[in-house]
Amino acid sequence: MRLLLWVALPYAAIAILIVGTVWRWRYDQFGWTTRSSELYESRLLRVGSPLFHFGLAFVILGHVMGLLIPENWTEAVGVSEGAYHAVSLWGGAAAGLAALAGMAILIYRRRATGPVFSATTRNDKLMYVLLGGSLLLGCAVTIIENGVRGGYDYRQTVAPWFRGIFLLRPDPDLMNGIPWLYGFHAVFGFLLVALFPFTRLVHAFSAPWRYAFRPYIVYRSRDGRGPATRDPARGWQPITRR
Amino acid sequence: MKVMAQLAMVMNLDKCIGCHTCSVTCKQAWTNRSGTEYVWFNNVETRPGQGYPRRYEDQERWKGGWTLDRRGRLRPRSGGRARRLLSIFANPVMPSIGDYYEPWTYDYETLTTAPLGDDVPVARPYSLISGEPMKVEWSANWDDDLGGGPELARRDPVVEKISDSVRLDFERAFMFYLPRICEHCLNPTCMAACPSGAIYKRTEDGIVLVDQDKCRGWRMCVTGCPYKKIYFNHKTGKAEKCTFCYPRVEVGLPTVCSETCVGRLRYIGVLLYDADRVTEAASVEDDTALYEAQLGVFLDPADPEVRQAARRDGVPASWVEAAERSPVHALISRHRVALPLHPEYRTMPMVWYIPPLSPVVEALRGSGHDGENADNLFGAIDTLRIPVEYLAELFTAGDTAPVTRVLRKLAAMRSYMRDLNLGDPGDPDKAAAVGMSAHEMEEMYRLLAIAKYDERYVIPTQARAEAAALEETVCPVDYEEPKGDGPFGEASRKPAPASVESFHALKERQTSGALVSPDDRRGRVNLLNWDGKGRPEGMFPMRDVEEDR
Repeated sequence: MRLLLWVALPYAAIAILIVGTVWRWRYDQFGWTTRSSELYESRLLRVGSPLFHFGLAFVILGHVMGLLIPENWTEAVGVSEGAYHAVSLWGGAAAGLAALAGMAILIYRRRATGPVFSATTRNDKLMYVLLGGSLLLGCAVTIIENGVRGGYDYRQTVAPWFRGIFLLRPDPDLMNGIPWLYGFHAVFGFLLVALFPFTRLVHAFSAPWRYAFRPYIVYRSRDGRGPATRDPARGWQPITRR
Repeated sequence: MKVMAQLAMVMNLDKCIGCHTCSVTCKQAWTNRSGTEYVWFNNVETRPGQGYPRRYEDQERWKGGWTLDRRGRLRPRSGGRARRLLSIFANPVMPSIGDYYEPWTYDYETLTTAPLGDDVPVARPYSLISGEPMKVEWSANWDDDLGGGPELARRDPVVEKISDSVRLDFERAFMFYLPRICEHCLNPTCMAACPSGAIYKRTEDGIVLVDQDKCRGWRMCVTGCPYKKIYFNHKTGKAEKCTFCYPRVEVGLPTVCSETCVGRLRYIGVLLYDADRVTEAASVEDDTALYEAQLGVFLDPADPEVRQAARRDGVPASWVEAAERSPVHALISRHRVALPLHPEYRTMPMVWYIPPLSPVVEALRGSGHDGENADNLFGAIDTLRIPVEYLAELFTAGDTAPVTRVLRKLAAMRSYMRDLNLGDPGDPDKAAAVGMSAHEMEEMYRLLAIAKYDERYVIPTQARAEAAALEETVCPVDYEEPKGDGPFGEASRKPAPASVESFHALKERQTSGALVSPDDRRGRVNLLNWDGKGRPEGMFPMRDVEEDR
């Protein structure tokens, strides 16, 4: 069981993420989009979406800080465990709650606005469960384990285990006896990673940072290929009442 | 100078009867799909009117097009790169479906399935967005033919720019139709706003397209375009726009909207322009100078210097030739009767309009005057400030001088041609009054009134351009034989142009062939290898040999 959860699951999830993303890129660039519903409703979106996305950006930054950077590195530059803990608790809680609040607004909007709800797929709903679950558990971990119960030094257990996965030295024993909230959070996280390439979340991979460096006007030559014969492209569906 | 070619369009608004055939055929061809129910790549607006989407010309609100920053450089009105990336999670100024209109259908089924009864069954409207029954309250041409009256027309952003006294007057005065498609601008803001770089301008014909595989649905282009001619497909989550019917024009056919235009008011042709000067022209400080600035970017295809530069920059000869015959070039640059739509957006639009003279003619007729008398018309153009000011707000950023000049030309042409039709000799003074010769006047008349299909649409095909590129019909005279090998050994240098290669190969084939051309018997040609081209050396016996006999 330990082996399954803390070795097999992470590797399977990462493998699915990589293979799935490559597959999606090769076969479904047309479906690679944010699938924005701003056209239907923009008042709530304008509050919820930036709150969620910016919150999430800081959440990811926090994970990089907490999981990828070993404890002795931060101590080497003179950050004590107490100081780190405070940053992790308050910063993490703020970012996590912002993302959670943003997501709550977005989910409410999705349910309450008719057109947005009817544009929601089953895939979306599954993704919301995993993403929302991870976020909720993450916030619980930060606030309950690290705050209310006084603090758990996950940098001795969870973080080395996490790094071990990438260094190809997975050590499931490190996860013995961790608080169960941490365990659930990690499992939800890896399930989300596995689902990632098959959902609309892939738009995160095409974050348009290149835009900052390209000229405004784009010229491109038409390719000289003749008219292709193939099935009608996706996107050509007849108009129907839902 | 960098010469580029673009397919451009001119519409003669005097001929538009507002029948919406262009819109309907375009929709049938391109946007009859789920997700694009509300989308009209081509729409016809009644002016004065709010347009589609509602009040799209109010750039204070919608932030379309470009502005000049403090240092006089172009910047999208909705903000530069940093601002756009920061607002990527929710576009702050995107029109909602309500600003376009909520598309609907009817439950036609009830008409046939309703049980027999006293009441006539009615098909109720259902929303195509939510699927619920809905009340139809707006559409793409709700204020068609001034429907809704002055209350709706008064909210036209162009009307709001004209002063109040004028406003009341014009409500009685005039109305005309404005068909709109994507402008396929030289300096498009939609493209500048696209974070993914999915929108591009084709180098061959200047058509602006969205790469559907690269678009990620950030929706910034919708805000960027001041004409609001980029639409978000809410089913696929991708941006879509008018394609200038590129599959048709590539094979030489006009766009669907042009092909089906009942009034035959659309002209399509090639314009040559200097790509290096576009930004400079778009950053002219004075809004009213933008019309002239854009005219300055266009090149005259008859100019030998331009032709040479076009050849250098890879514009196919067939395109340069088409540019010379282009009706669009004639109307925009030669006769100067076509004007750009809202040049003050600084996008350098490439669909131009001949402003309508009919409001003036109608006003004259209405007051009992002769609407085709040149003096009457000239007087009316000068005194009827309202239509002229309105047109100037549309086409020249408020400067009435160019609009007046165009209207006077059209008026002079009417009057001049009436004389001819009545059997009188043409009066060259009437042409001279607007700075034209009698010949030019008749030429313009022909183009505006009776131009046939192949005069209205001069569209060079891509196939010919590509074939020409392969053939290299133009032999590079200044080609210099490269000396020695390239840096990576034999044949590593740039390959010689095909025409040079085949020239040498031909010569080689014609004059070599040891079998039949031994050194001792000069003047022989291997006829088996001769392909009938040219006159190889030694084809005919040498003269001195002949004399010896």
